[in-house]
Amino acid sequence: MKTNITIQQQLEREPKKWIFQIVSALIFVILMAWSSSTLDFKGVTESGGNVAASILGGILKPDTALLFNFTNQGVPYLLLETMCIAFLGTIVGAVLAIPIAFLSASNIVPKPVALIGRFIIMAIRTIPAFVYGLMFIRVTGPGAFAGLLTMSLCSIGMITKMYIESIEDIDTKILESLDACGCTTFQKIRYGILPQLLPDFASTIIYRFDMNLRDATVLGLVGAGGIGAPLIFAMNAYKWNQVGAILAGLIILVLMIEWFSGKIRIKLARG
Amino acid sequence: MNLYDKIFPPKKIVLSDGREVLERRSRMPLVILLLVIASWISIDITGFDLSVIMKRGDQFFVILEQMFPPDMNYLSSIWGPLFDTIKMSLLGSAIGAVVAIPFAILAASNVVHNKIIITITRLFLSLVRTMPTLVIALIATYIFGLGTVAGTTAIAVFTFAYIGKLLYEQIETVDMGAYEAMESFGATKLRSFVAAIMPQVLPSYIANCLFCFEGNVRYAAILGYVGAGGLGLILNEKIGWREYPSVGMILITLFITVMLIEAFSHYLRKKLT
Repeated sequence: MKTNITIQQQLEREPKKWIFQIVSALIFVILMAWSSSTLDFKGVTESGGNVAASILGGILKPDTALLFNFTNQGVPYLLLETMCIAFLGTIVGAVLAIPIAFLSASNIVPKPVALIGRFIIMAIRTIPAFVYGLMFIRVTGPGAFAGLLTMSLCSIGMITKMYIESIEDIDTKILESLDACGCTTFQKIRYGILPQLLPDFASTIIYRFDMNLRDATVLGLVGAGGIGAPLIFAMNAYKWNQVGAILAGLIILVLMIEWFSGKIRIKLARG
Repeated sequence: MNLYDKIFPPKKIVLSDGREVLERRSRMPLVILLLVIASWISIDITGFDLSVIMKRGDQFFVILEQMFPPDMNYLSSIWGPLFDTIKMSLLGSAIGAVVAIPFAILAASNVVHNKIIITITRLFLSLVRTMPTLVIALIATYIFGLGTVAGTTAIAVFTFAYIGKLLYEQIETVDMGAYEAMESFGATKLRSFVAAIMPQVLPSYIANCLFCFEGNVRYAAILGYVGAGGLGLILNEKIGWREYPSVGMILITLFITVMLIEAFSHYLRKKLT
């Protein structure tokens, strides 16, 4: 038997995957053809070109009066309100998610219970944000409060999912060694479980805060406070300079928060 | 953070063999203080009031109760919009994911060595990512008219920004050895990229695309609200008419669809990685 093989032989040893590749490509093409049947592309509407031009113009020339208006109709206050909604919504959601996550982690409760927990989480996630918004407006009346509750309910789904992953990753050997040292239950939780979970949880919460800030415009649809409503009103009224001002404020805020949260999360991950 | 250590000097612990170790003071009190202040400001601005929830909390379930039992007869008119939503997400995700590839390559610092190109591409990707999807959908309805084209565009733009960012981060973490070896053989940049980097990023790229598609199906339901076609359109209509049993039926259908898609894509993603 030859010990060293030539390059040619090595090349021939490459697994033959072309059937698999052709089949997957074919499936992809069929799916695309099937889904493109839904598009009724009528070309750009007559006013479409003009609209696109005026959007660009408005965004490039934002309404500075609105951008630097420090009353509670101006962009800075609206941004602050949006941030408060996102912040408190995230906090409330994060707190509510803790018991749900522990009840759905498969290494803590029996499997059927965990499955039911996951089912509930998915049901919560499926209902779109504006439906929740409508429900909460019945409770609190329109305004930032309804927005906050909507945000917290919408956050639960994703936060719980990430929590569960961290809980299931807990290293139980640490608990066993703490047991061997003769630690009490409280000490085991304080030194064995919390240090493992807190950085992950904090990272999840910060990430979700980021997302909530971005999604906060959806709340404006149903009048649940924040910057969404003025933005959508301005768009429906074709006031592109105002749209530009609001978008500029929002984009700067989101980029800033993203930068900060990225820094904090890297720090958390590295300990 | 050094300032913090100066104000609260670290605790000295003398070990049994006489050595000294410094234990930095916990940052927890500072973090908690900041959180409390931020919460206090937020409570003040948003008008958060627990007693309102206690008193009127049952109002939340009024609409929910009216959704049950869902109107089974309405199911027959859901299929059309439901498939519209799925097709919109599928096509939008595919377009966005494919368009993202060249941008991701241009933004990866280990393939392109020009700092200016990298910065501009990354800035562009983050700008697109911060644009709220709803705003993109609304603008698209102005340009393409009401309907599925606008929704597909919005989904494609969102997917583009999301996948673009993930992909360039992945390209930056690949093992460059094979790429450099191929370049030293005299292969062109494109050829070595296809042969050396693509096999490394392809599985996670496809997994990310599937994950994005999952989320898009759910998100497409909101897009209908601004007239961008699909399930959201009838959802909005039925909510407007207060036909809550039909709303319940729509939500249940969406739930089952999302669950099926999620299960399928979860299976595929597991196979890929």
